[in-house]
Amino acid sequence: MKRDPVASGTAVRSGTGVASGAPAVSGGVTAALGALGVVVGLRAVFGAPLHASIGWLVPFAGLRIDLDPLGGAFMALTGAVAAAVGVYAIGYARREHWARFPLVMLPVFVLTLLVVPAAGSVTTFLFGWEAMALTSLALVLTEHHRDEVRSAGLFYAVLTQIGFVAILVALVSLSSASGSGDFAGIRAAAGDLGPALRNGVFLLTVVGFGSKAGLLPLHAWLPRAHPEAPSPVSALMSAAMVNLGIYGIVRIDVQALGGGPRWWGTTLMVVGAASAVFGVLQASVSADLKRLLAYSTTENMGLIAMAIGASMLLGASGLASVAAIALTAALLHLVAHAAFKALGFLAAGSVLAGTGLRDLDRLGGLARRMPYTTVLFGIAALGATGLPLGAGFVGEWLLLQSLIHTPQGDNTLLSLVIPLSIGALALTTGLGIVAMVKAFGIGFLARPRSEGAEKAREASPTMLVGMALAALGCVVVAVAPAALGPALTRVASTLPSVGGDQGPKLGAILRLPGAAGSVSPAILAAAFAVAISLVLLLARWGVGARPAAVVRPLWAGGGPALTPRMQYTATSFAEPLQRVFDDVLRPDTDVAVTHVAESRYLIEKITFRTAQADAVEEHLYWPVVRAVAAVARGVRKAHTGSIHLYLLFGTIGLLVVIVVGR
Amino acid sequence: MALSIALAALQVLLVLVGAPLVIGAMRQVRARLEGRRGGGVGQPWRDLRKLFRKQQITPEGTTVVFRAAPFVLLGSALLIAAIIPVVSLGSPLDSSGDFVAVVGLLFLGTVALALAALDTGTAFGGMGSSRQMTVVALVEPTILLVLFTLSLRVHSANLAEIAGGTLANPAQAFSLGRVLAFASLVIVIIAETGRLPVDNPATHLELTMIHEAMTLEYAGPRLGLVEWASGMRLTVLLVLLANLFFPWGVAPGGPGLVQVLIAVAAIVAKVAVLAMALSVGETFLAKLRLFRVPELLAGSFLLGILAVTASSFLPAAGR
Amino acid sequence: MSWATRILKVGRIVQASPAAPARTVPSPTGTRASLQIRHVDAGSCNGCELELSGAFSSVYDAEQFGARLVASPRHADALVVTGVVTHNMRGPLIDTLAATPEPKLVIAMGDCACDGGMFRNGYGVAGAVGDFVPVDVELRGCPPTPDQIVETLRKVTGR
Repeated sequence: MKRDPVASGTAVRSGTGVASGAPAVSGGVTAALGALGVVVGLRAVFGAPLHASIGWLVPFAGLRIDLDPLGGAFMALTGAVAAAVGVYAIGYARREHWARFPLVMLPVFVLTLLVVPAAGSVTTFLFGWEAMALTSLALVLTEHHRDEVRSAGLFYAVLTQIGFVAILVALVSLSSASGSGDFAGIRAAAGDLGPALRNGVFLLTVVGFGSKAGLLPLHAWLPRAHPEAPSPVSALMSAAMVNLGIYGIVRIDVQALGGGPRWWGTTLMVVGAASAVFGVLQASVSADLKRLLAYSTTENMGLIAMAIGASMLLGASGLASVAAIALTAALLHLVAHAAFKALGFLAAGSVLAGTGLRDLDRLGGLARRMPYTTVLFGIAALGATGLPLGAGFVGEWLLLQSLIHTPQGDNTLLSLVIPLSIGALALTTGLGIVAMVKAFGIGFLARPRSEGAEKAREASPTMLVGMALAALGCVVVAVAPAALGPALTRVASTLPSVGGDQGPKLGAILRLPGAAGSVSPAILAAAFAVAISLVLLLARWGVGARPAAVVRPLWAGGGPALTPRMQYTATSFAEPLQRVFDDVLRPDTDVAVTHVAESRYLIEKITFRTAQADAVEEHLYWPVVRAVAAVARGVRKAHTGSIHLYLLFGTIGLLVVIVVGR
Repeated sequence: MALSIALAALQVLLVLVGAPLVIGAMRQVRARLEGRRGGGVGQPWRDLRKLFRKQQITPEGTTVVFRAAPFVLLGSALLIAAIIPVVSLGSPLDSSGDFVAVVGLLFLGTVALALAALDTGTAFGGMGSSRQMTVVALVEPTILLVLFTLSLRVHSANLAEIAGGTLANPAQAFSLGRVLAFASLVIVIIAETGRLPVDNPATHLELTMIHEAMTLEYAGPRLGLVEWASGMRLTVLLVLLANLFFPWGVAPGGPGLVQVLIAVAAIVAKVAVLAMALSVGETFLAKLRLFRVPELLAGSFLLGILAVTASSFLPAAGR
Repeated sequence: MSWATRILKVGRIVQASPAAPARTVPSPTGTRASLQIRHVDAGSCNGCELELSGAFSSVYDAEQFGARLVASPRHADALVVTGVVTHNMRGPLIDTLAATPEPKLVIAMGDCACDGGMFRNGYGVAGAVGDFVPVDVELRGCPPTPDQIVETLRKVTGR
C-alpha cells in the first residue's frame, strides 16, 4: 500500500540518464496523437469515412484501416482521454522521474489504442489488440521492482491472453465461415451463418471482450493492474482501454452479427448487473484510492454492458424505440465514464505524487494542501455517484428510462429480467454514492492521518491542465449532454438492429421519442443555482441581531483536543456496510487478544487485522490455479531424466497419433 | 408560464413555512401521547428564529465543504419543493426534473451533509457520516424501486404524469404493487429523515446518533439552515407520499384560484394526517439496534422488488 | 393495542402549571420560549441529575415552556452546570462554555454549583462554578426540586 516515492524515484533515476526535456516530448507526442485521434475520429463520425490499406506493414494480411462512425466515435473518445493524459504526463513523468522506457511506451500505447477502433479487418484488429495488450502490460510493469506490480502484471498477462484466445477463435471462425477478412464482409455474410456458429461467437466475444472491459468473472486483473500502473497509464487503461472491450461487443455482436436471440441480451444484462453490483460493493469497502477507482470501473463497465444487453434484448423483442434509449444510455455513459474516470485516476496520481500515498486510511486533509486537485477529484467523484449535476447522471437516467418504458405483461422474460435489473441498477447507484463519499470525504477532507498526507504538495501546472481538460469533459456531459447529441445519433444510426435510427434527441431538454419522460440537466443546474441564492438570502434573516462570527477549536466533548488518529478512516467508514454485505464480501478479519500472564481479566494487547480480498478471485481463480498446479506436479513425476523412459513416451505418443490419424 | 412560476413559488413558500410546523405537530402528537402538554406546534419556528440570531461558529480546520453543506442541503430541498406536485401538476420544472432527478437531488443534500461531517474530522462526525451513508446505500435503491413501480403503469417517471395517471384511473390506486410500494416508501422515509426506529431525533447520546452526529459542530444560523432543511426534506417526502399515492385534490396544470385553494387545503390536511400517523407510530417504537437497521432496510428493499414484480406481472389488474 | 388503551386511561399526567413567573433574566437571544440547554456535570453527586431528568419528564414537562436538552454546546443557549467543579472538570467546563455560541448564559444548579455546598473543602474540589465561569442564574437547593427547576427555566424562557 505505502510507497516510498524517494526510494522508487532514485531507483528509476539511477538506472538511466533521461534528458530533462524527455517528459515534455513524450507527453507532448501523446497529447498530439490524442488530438489527432479526436480530429480524425470526429471526421469519420460526421461523414468522412477513412479507408486506407498498408500492405507491407503487417505480414500476410497487411494493415487495413476502415473508419466508420462507430469506430470514429471510439477513436475520438480514446483520443480525448489521451490528450488530457498526455498533457498531464508531462508534469507527472517529471515529478516521478520516469525512465526512458515508459516515456517511449506511453505514446506507443496510445497509438495502439487508436488503431483498434480504426481496424477494418480481422487481422488488423487482432494485431492492434495484441499490441495494445503488450504495450499496456509493459507500462503496468514500469515499477517492476515492487512485488505487487509483478503480481499484478502476471494477473493481467494471463487474463488478457485468455481473453485474446477467445477473441482470436471467435473472429477467425467468423471470418472463415463468412469467407471475408474484413468487418464489412462479415456483416454482409452474417445473415447466412448458422445459429451454432453465431451463438459460439457471441459467447466467445463476451468472454474475450468482457475480460478487457473488466466484466465478471474475468475482472480480477483490473483491480490489481490499474492501481499498480503509473497513474497516467491507469487513466488510459481505465478510461480508454476498457471502452474497447465494449467496442468489440458492439462491433461484432451488435453490428456485424446484427444482434441475436433474446438470450444474448439477457446474458449480457446478467453479466453486466453482476459486474456492476460486485464492482461497486468492492469499491465501497476498498481502502486503496486507486483500487477503489478500478473497482468503480468494473461497476461502470457493468452498467454499460447492462445497457447494451438491454438494447439487444429489447431490439430482439421488437421494441426498437426503447432499445434505442438503452443504446444511447450505453454510449453516453461510456463518454461520461471516460471523462470522470480519467479525471479520477489523474487526480489520484496527483495525490500519489504529492504524498506518496494511495491508502485512504493514511490520507486526509488534502483540501487545504492540494486545493485544485481536491476540487477536480470532487468533480470526478460527483460524476461517479450518478447524482444530478454530475457526469454520470444522464447515462443512468437514460438506462432507467429505457427499463421503465419497456412494455410488459405479455412477455414473461421481460417481466422477469427488467425488474431484477432495475434492482441491480438501484443497488449499484446507492452503493456508488457511498464509495465516492468515502473516497472524497476520507481522502481529501478532515485532517491528515499521516506524515505523508501532512506534507502533501499540489500537482504541477501541466498536471493541473491535464486534469482540467478531463474536468471540462465531465462538466459538458453533466450540464450539456446535448453537445454530444449529433455524434451519438450518427453512431447509433450504424446500429439498426437495436433501433439506433430512432434514438432520443439530446436537446436542452432530453426528451424520449414516443414516450413521456424528460429531464434537463442544464435547467436543473440553473434552478439549483437560483435555489442556492435563495438560501443565501434566507441566511440573512436575523443577521442584524447576530454576534460576529468566530472560529473556534473543534468541540472535543470536553476532553483534550482531538487528534487526527481519532478520525474515522476509510476502513471504519465502510465497516457497517461490510457487515451488511458480509456474505458477499467475506472479509477476512482476525482479532487476537493477549492476556497478561498474571490474570486473564487483564489484557496486555489486542491485535486486530482485517483484509478485504476479492471473493470471486478467492473462490473461482485459486481453485483453478491450484488444480493446474496439481496437474503440473503430476506431470513432473514423469520427468525422471531417464532417456529410455523419454523414448518410451515418444513411442507411445507416435502410436497414439498413428491410431487417431488413421 | 407566469402562472406556473407563481404556483412553483407558492409551493416553495408553502413547504418553507410548513416544514417547521410539520415537525412541531409531530412533536406535539408525541407529547400528548406521552401525557405531556408539549411545546406547541410553533416551537420549531421559535427555535429557528432564535438560531438565526445566534453566533456563527466555524470549527478550526474545516474547509468550504463544511460551510457550503447547509446551503446545498436547503437549496436541494427548495428545488425539490418547486419540482414535485405539492399544489399543482403544472410545475415549470416538471419537464426538467423527474422522479429520478428528485431522488438524486435529495441524496445530493445527504451527501453534502455527510461530507461536511467528515470535514470536521471529529470521531462523531465520521461516525454519523458512515452510518448515514450505510442507510443511504439501502434507501436509494428502495426509492428507485418504488419509483419504478409507480412509473410502470404510466410509462413515465415525471411526477405530474404519475399523479395525473392515478387521478385519471383511480382503480389503479390500490393495486397490489402500489400497496407494497407504499409500505416500502414509508420505511424509506422513516430511515432517510432519521425518525424512529432507525434514528432517534431527540437523543442526546452521541453513540446512538445518525443524523444528529453529523450536525454536532454546526452552530447558530448554519444549524438553523440544517434543521430547517431536515424539516423540509421530511415534508417533501410526505408530500410525495401523499400526492403520488393519493393525488386527489391536487390542482391540474393551469388551475383557477378555487382549485388552488382546495389544493392547498388538501395537501395541508394530507401531510398533517401522515405526519400524525408517523408520530403515533413512533411513540410505540423503540430505536432499533444499529445493526438491526440494515435488516429493516433490506426488508423494505425486498418489498420494493416485490412491488415491481407484482406490477409487472399483474398489469391487467389495474388497467 | 394495550398501550393505546393505557394511554387513553392515564390521559394527561403533566402537572398543572402555575402562571408564568416574571421574566427576571433576559433570555440570551431575546427570543421568547426557546432555550436549548447543554447540561454539564462538573462533579455532582448525581442528585441534581435525577431532579433535572425529573423536570423534563412527563410529569413536569419543562419542554412545554420551550426548554430542551441538546447534545452539543454548539446547539445550546445555556449551560446548566451541576455539582462542585472538580479539578478534572475545570478545563472541560471552561472549554464547553467557550464552545457555546453567543449569546449564552450559565445556570448554576444546586447548592454545590452555587457555592460548593457540602463538598466545599473536599480535596478534589477546585471551587464553585462561579469561580471559573460567569454565572447568570443561581438555582439553590440540595437538590432543587423539579418544580424549582421548571420555575427557574421559565424565568429565562419567559413562558
